[in-house]
Amino acid sequence: MKRLRVALLIVWSALVAVSAQAVIETYEFSSPALEERYQSLSAELRCPKCQNQNIADSNAPIAQDLRKLLYEQLEKGSTDQEILDYMVARYGEFVRYRPSFDSATAALWLAPVILLLGGFGLLILTVRRRGDAVALDSLSASDKDQLRSLVDAAEKKA
Amino acid sequence: MAPRLKLFAPLFIFALLALLLFRGLSLDPREMPSALIDKPLPDFELASLGEQRMLSREDVTGQISLFNVWATWCVSCRVEHPYLQQLADAGVPIVGVNYKDEDAAAMQWLQDLGNPYTVNIADRDGTLGLDLGVYGAPETYVVDANGVIRYRHVGVVDERVWRSILEPIVLELTAAEIN
Repeated sequence: MKRLRVALLIVWSALVAVSAQAVIETYEFSSPALEERYQSLSAELRCPKCQNQNIADSNAPIAQDLRKLLYEQLEKGSTDQEILDYMVARYGEFVRYRPSFDSATAALWLAPVILLLGGFGLLILTVRRRGDAVALDSLSASDKDQLRSLVDAAEKKA
Repeated sequence: MAPRLKLFAPLFIFALLALLLFRGLSLDPREMPSALIDKPLPDFELASLGEQRMLSREDVTGQISLFNVWATWCVSCRVEHPYLQQLADAGVPIVGVNYKDEDAAAMQWLQDLGNPYTVNIADRDGTLGLDLGVYGAPETYVVDANGVIRYRHVGVVDERVWRSILEPIVLELTAAEIN
């Protein structure tokens, strides 16, 4: 039992060590607002090397460089837009997880809306068609009477 | 839609998806066009590796050349080095950008392995690399005679890359220059 506990402790400490290593450097910001902007911008900027990570998560050298650059620019007083423009001028729209809308990214932005509208359209069409098929209006007067008597009989039984 | 045709809808959807995914397999997500294509080489003021002089944009442009971003810590750079030497021997001007490296180590490397570069820009802090949008060495840029970036290749330059990608661009630029 003791052995097991020791083994678990080792595994746990190994896991903790890895997560603690993920981002090494820490920056001292002159104001909490800057730190907040740093967090949101570093989450929105994509690491050019390891393409499915943002620069906050990535430990690639280039991500470290970009974090440092982000820190320096924030402390220098650049606006979010200036920083994003600076990054895009060097690494392309690619570095933004929320690229600006232009002819190259139009499909990216519009596809979800179009698909959603298409889905709704299909839904409405299907529901309508199904509604038509069982519309009471299509029953003749005698069918309606028969239906009513069946329903009444069933209700009486209940 | 005829009911008979409707039965085939899943097949059509499957075929479409298969086509899309198959295309996706043959795409390399790391092949990103540089943001600086058809833009002038960024200006810089950096030391020449192993020399006492400073280099700027004007010193390294003026003819069609390759700009090769390399470093001694970059394993793939060692792989492509012999081929760069071959290109240089064949008369292709190659400007080296020694990216985030130590001068001494870089000079040792050139002494040991040979120097294919006409000149080397010592980009110790990676500032030029940053302006170029470099995200990992090796990267190779084709720069025309006016100092405009025409192409960026990420990864090792070997015979295949040179023959199929870089050489046609260089030849096209040369032809355009003559006309």
